[in-house]
Amino acid sequence: MKSRLASGDRLVPQARLGGPMPWVIAIMIALTVIAAGAGLALRNLAENARNEIEGGLTVQIVEGAPAARESQAEIAVALLTNRDDVAEVRRVPEQELDALLEPWLGQEGVAGPDALPIPALIDVQLKGPVTEQRLAELQSALAAIPSARLDAQARWLQPVFDAVASLQWMAFGLILLLAATSAAAVWLAARSALGANHETIEIIHLLGGTDAQIARIFQRSIGLDAAIGGLTGLLLGLGAILLLGRQFAGLGSGMVAGGEFGMADWAILAAIPVTGILLATFTARVTVLAALRRIL
Amino acid sequence: MSGGEGAIVQFDNVGLRYGTEREVLSDIAFTLYPGSFYFLTGASGAGKTSLLKLLYLAQRPSRGIIRMFGGDVITLPRNRLPAFRRRIGVVFQDFRLVPHLSAFDNVALPLRVSGVPESEIRKPVGDMLDWVGLDQRAEARPATLSGGEQQRVAIARAVIARPEILVADEPTGNVDPDMALKLLRLFEALNRLGTTVVVATHDVHLLKKVPDSLIMRLDRGRLSDPTGALRYPPRREVAAQ
Repeated sequence: MKSRLASGDRLVPQARLGGPMPWVIAIMIALTVIAAGAGLALRNLAENARNEIEGGLTVQIVEGAPAARESQAEIAVALLTNRDDVAEVRRVPEQELDALLEPWLGQEGVAGPDALPIPALIDVQLKGPVTEQRLAELQSALAAIPSARLDAQARWLQPVFDAVASLQWMAFGLILLLAATSAAAVWLAARSALGANHETIEIIHLLGGTDAQIARIFQRSIGLDAAIGGLTGLLLGLGAILLLGRQFAGLGSGMVAGGEFGMADWAILAAIPVTGILLATFTARVTVLAALRRIL
Repeated sequence: MSGGEGAIVQFDNVGLRYGTEREVLSDIAFTLYPGSFYFLTGASGAGKTSLLKLLYLAQRPSRGIIRMFGGDVITLPRNRLPAFRRRIGVVFQDFRLVPHLSAFDNVALPLRVSGVPESEIRKPVGDMLDWVGLDQRAEARPATLSGGEQQRVAIARAVIARPEILVADEPTGNVDPDMALKLLRLFEALNRLGTTVVVATHDVHLLKKVPDSLIMRLDRGRLSDPTGALRYPPRREVAAQ
């Protein structure tokens, strides 16, 4: 007969908030939430940036003579505008280029009589991502313009994407490590509770209590600790994420702003303590059952 | 051993050793029949507690055969032992009360383990505590009870679920003579209701107080049979003359 010990909670005395377990779980969950938050923000940031620049390329007209540069730029704009695979073409105005370079070259360097020749820049947005093949096709289409140089934006941002991907993997690894550490902490707590309550367990055993009944007592006890710790950890983690989010938003960087969370991301973060509770309960059950199997 | 028909417990050529030490029980063979009352006697260290541990399934023997309730408990899968244990009531020598639970909850434990609904627990546990004279101490924790009171809680816990076998290890060791007699009467009452009772004691005066009881005597791990309890059919005679 499957039966339940109605007084099960009282059989194993609880330390609850006075004991270390809820706090250990709270810290683990808080760290996991922060690591997961960082991972999700990096993923969103990388995806937004990639979407923005995956079809983008820059055509430079590197010609010293202003008149020739101007005419070649016009030809290039015309050529690109007429192509079906091009979504948008924008000649970067000279004033914008001057404004970009002025901090480095000074007013004299960009507008004075001895100003350096600055290449004409054309921003091109292709329909779909830039591939090596499409780049080669455009290169040959612009072959008539000898000073035209093509640069895919995704190519020079690739190292940034690689670094972001590494950080994401690191966050994922950190989550796995924290999960393993949490499981180890619960295992230790369950072992310690088993040791401390060995007499009680033996009595219940000799009175005909089953392994499942005894395991349920510990599961309930550790599950409750994990629930208290999980909720506390989630609140701590979310607090840290909101604080960091506010500080990063203050940077005013478009790229960083791309890291903000959607509903699915918040749901993932909310699922962390639930997963933690399930992991703790499962670990406690496996630990207790394994220990009980060693006695008759 | 032959002639075990109708037996509730049958030991055959049972030996027990702890680790690599010499056997603490050797060549134990006996049969217990439903509704009988047995005393297990012997000097300290004779192996009484070890034999009782085999009886209440806290230990498996190193050799031999033990049959209980018609089943071979040596080859019985571990997960079927709890069902057998629920049919055995045990009074431990050291009481073994759960320290965090009240006297009431300690007595209720076997019923809760068996899945008896809470609504059906309060009255029988209250009646049992009343019977052992502890109705006023129902909420007391074991640490606040005297040795005798703890022993009475342990006895109440052992009999609350109406076990088929009651195993008691020195059950009257910590109570006054009046209470000892009262407890023996409780055991006899249970015995009359069909419970097989096995009481380990070194108090020879107790043996005289239960007519029709049978005596098994342990001497350095071996069993002797002064009242013919181990024969088949057992020779029922008053234990101590």
